[in-house]
Amino acid sequence: MDNNSILFQAMVYLAAAVVMVPLAKRLGLGSVLGYLLAGILIGPTVLQFIGTEGQDLMHSAEFGVVMMLFLIGLELEPALLWKLRKAILGLGGLQVLITSIIISGIAYFLDLPWQSSLAIGMALALSSTALVLQTLAEKGINRTTAGRSAFAVLLFQDIAVIPMLAFFPLLAIAGLTPADVNVNEAEGWIESQSGWMRALIVSGAIGFIIIGGRYLIPPIFRLVAATQLREMFTATALLLVVGIAVLMSSVGLSPALGTFLSGVVLANSEYKHELESDIEPFKGLLLGLFFIAVGASINFELIMNQPLLIFGLVLALMFVKAVVLLVLGKIFKLLVDQNIIFSSSLSQVGEFAFVLLSFSLTEGIVERGYVEILMAVVAISMALTPIAFFLNEKIVLPFIDKRLSSNKTEKEADAVNEKNPVIIAGFGHFGNTIGRFLRAHGVRTTVLDIDSNRVEFLRKMGFKVYYGDASRYDILLAAGAAEAKMIIIAVDDPEKRLQMIETIKKHFPDLQMLVRSSTREDTYDQMNAGILHIYRETIDTSLRMGVDAMKILGHRAYTAQRAARTFFRYDEQKLKDLSKLRDNEKEYINQAREYIEELEEIIKADTKQLHLVKDLGWDEDSLIADEKVKKDE
Amino acid sequence: MAKVLILFAHPAMEKSRVHKRLVEHIPRSADIRFHDLYERYPDFDIDVPYEQRLLLQHDVVIFQHPFYWYSSPAIIKQWQDLVLEHGWAYGTGGRAIAGKKFMHAISTGGSKNSYTEEGRNKYSLADYMLPFQQTAYLCDVEYLPPFVIHGTHRLPETDMDLHALQYEQMLLALVQDRISKPEIESCIYMNDLVPIPNAIQS
Repeated sequence: MDNNSILFQAMVYLAAAVVMVPLAKRLGLGSVLGYLLAGILIGPTVLQFIGTEGQDLMHSAEFGVVMMLFLIGLELEPALLWKLRKAILGLGGLQVLITSIIISGIAYFLDLPWQSSLAIGMALALSSTALVLQTLAEKGINRTTAGRSAFAVLLFQDIAVIPMLAFFPLLAIAGLTPADVNVNEAEGWIESQSGWMRALIVSGAIGFIIIGGRYLIPPIFRLVAATQLREMFTATALLLVVGIAVLMSSVGLSPALGTFLSGVVLANSEYKHELESDIEPFKGLLLGLFFIAVGASINFELIMNQPLLIFGLVLALMFVKAVVLLVLGKIFKLLVDQNIIFSSSLSQVGEFAFVLLSFSLTEGIVERGYVEILMAVVAISMALTPIAFFLNEKIVLPFIDKRLSSNKTEKEADAVNEKNPVIIAGFGHFGNTIGRFLRAHGVRTTVLDIDSNRVEFLRKMGFKVYYGDASRYDILLAAGAAEAKMIIIAVDDPEKRLQMIETIKKHFPDLQMLVRSSTREDTYDQMNAGILHIYRETIDTSLRMGVDAMKILGHRAYTAQRAARTFFRYDEQKLKDLSKLRDNEKEYINQAREYIEELEEIIKADTKQLHLVKDLGWDEDSLIADEKVKKDE
Repeated sequence: MAKVLILFAHPAMEKSRVHKRLVEHIPRSADIRFHDLYERYPDFDIDVPYEQRLLLQHDVVIFQHPFYWYSSPAIIKQWQDLVLEHGWAYGTGGRAIAGKKFMHAISTGGSKNSYTEEGRNKYSLADYMLPFQQTAYLCDVEYLPPFVIHGTHRLPETDMDLHALQYEQMLLALVQDRISKPEIESCIYMNDLVPIPNAIQS
């Protein structure tokens, strides 16, 4: 088979990932290092399955970063953005500024032209959003102070890339000829426009994303959701991200910025969770591909030739970045342990450095020799990050923890509190009564519903409702199932309810389930699934109706009421007995006969207990009998 | 050793100050069973066979509740009406709980003085407990003096704590059978068996 066929290539990438990632995770090193190792393994140095195309691959895999920024945007409700403003502008802004100045200064001191120094300083000041966020989430520390601070800094860096890209062409050095790398044709088109026209097109594109995201996208999603076809929703979500990326690059802006922006616009929409879980797998795979490409593109020959220079540069660079972060963390009042996580997690150089460095090569800002060395440095620093995390976790933090354990627990409990304790799945007539009742008592709920029209209406009424299929693990996770105390399963479809029960039992064993059931059959299935809290949807209403019927017929209200209560308890008990019986007979009797038999059984059992109210304490028969005996004596 | 069953009745426990403390001070012992009636029967559907089984398993039954309108909260009355069946607790062949002991542990807003001839409640607390006492008599059950916390609306928190300790000690004494008949006959309230020195009351 041809080694270059797409299928063969795909097999090589997937196989490398499937072998290396679980291995790395098993060793506690995290998935990112696994991908990097997989890349090195199949790269030119070791197995030579892929050669120079690693570099090209990186360009397409950068789309994973674009998707990641879309997801980051989705996570960022404007309120959260506002809450983090100090960290984003202060911590992030100062980090980029100070680190750029120091690295530029060192480069200039090493006799590089000032333009090159500046470009290198800016490129290397950035950290890896993809790597750090993935690792923080994997380690479950993305909600701690360190996680949030790191997130804020990364956010600022990602936004800062855009002005940097705009600024780089001004740094071009006359003497250096721009390298001959194919320039995007679309950029040619935009560059042929006059200055003010260009500004108009750019702001028009951004305006289009904001206005379109608010008013155009939700109705489209509603239409697509109404088709009830899962893959259509996924396709629409992908189309949205890809479309924006195309739009942005055709007007010469970063696709990452565009998708990030549309993510923020959609963060408050009811389709947030569904979008998240649809894009997530693509993002994960593309990011994985990106890391593999990074691993494959490490130029080992270069490293072999100048090992001291390269590793020296890596260590010096990471040291400088970590120290700057450490000092800033101290100024922004991070606790010692949080500060160490924060500064070590961001000490590498990120994927945008590849972008900026290759850009500076094409624009003729930095000489090719330097760029190649720096590319290797960036890749190695990224490869070292998971190891730094690992060392941090196993050696540094346990040491610090011993000294400072008391402060930490409080903080983490706080982070959990942000999620609602109750999730309601299904907000039709059944679920919304429960939701309203709980809300009236100040219990906060997160609601999931699959009916897009209903979701839209309820959101207008001020409920916090999300569109999504609650039987899916990712949707449940996004709704906070890992932190919630309880889930109320009130969806209409019995099949869906059983699917949900299975998913929750598997992934969220601590989540209490309260489940609605329709028929007896359905109740038995749920009992078999081990559900303790089952609520038959008609039993209470029909009994209430029975009580009223008795009252209208002239029975005393309290007697009728108590009779209904007794009947209910008795019926629940019988249901349990019958459910055991059912298992044996199920194989022999077909469904219809079983129903009849069961009904007969219920009625037969009823005739044995005709008197529902037998409160002897209120019964005078025995007292009268007693008196009679006394009189006779 | 004696087995103690506490039949607790408070319709709004979340608002309670005195009983919350008392309940916290009930010793954790295999011989003391705390049974929260409003929690178990929110709809007043008392499970009579279960309640009767519980009675048979215990020697001393304490009705712990706030004193409402010179009597108990409604669920205690419901319990009495349904559980103490004719032919079981009293009447012909009704000797199931004969020889056991009943007592009350109650809190009341009125001061000790208000429950005297001159006070605004005119009669003593024991007088108001007469229906319970007579119920016990009919079932051939010994009726012990009540444990009482007076003036709960004015009671400082620190004194509530003292009463809770007093309750705890009294319960331990009951479980361990340390209270003699003459001692019981000598006191008006069970509190008198575990006096709190005036010096430490606020």
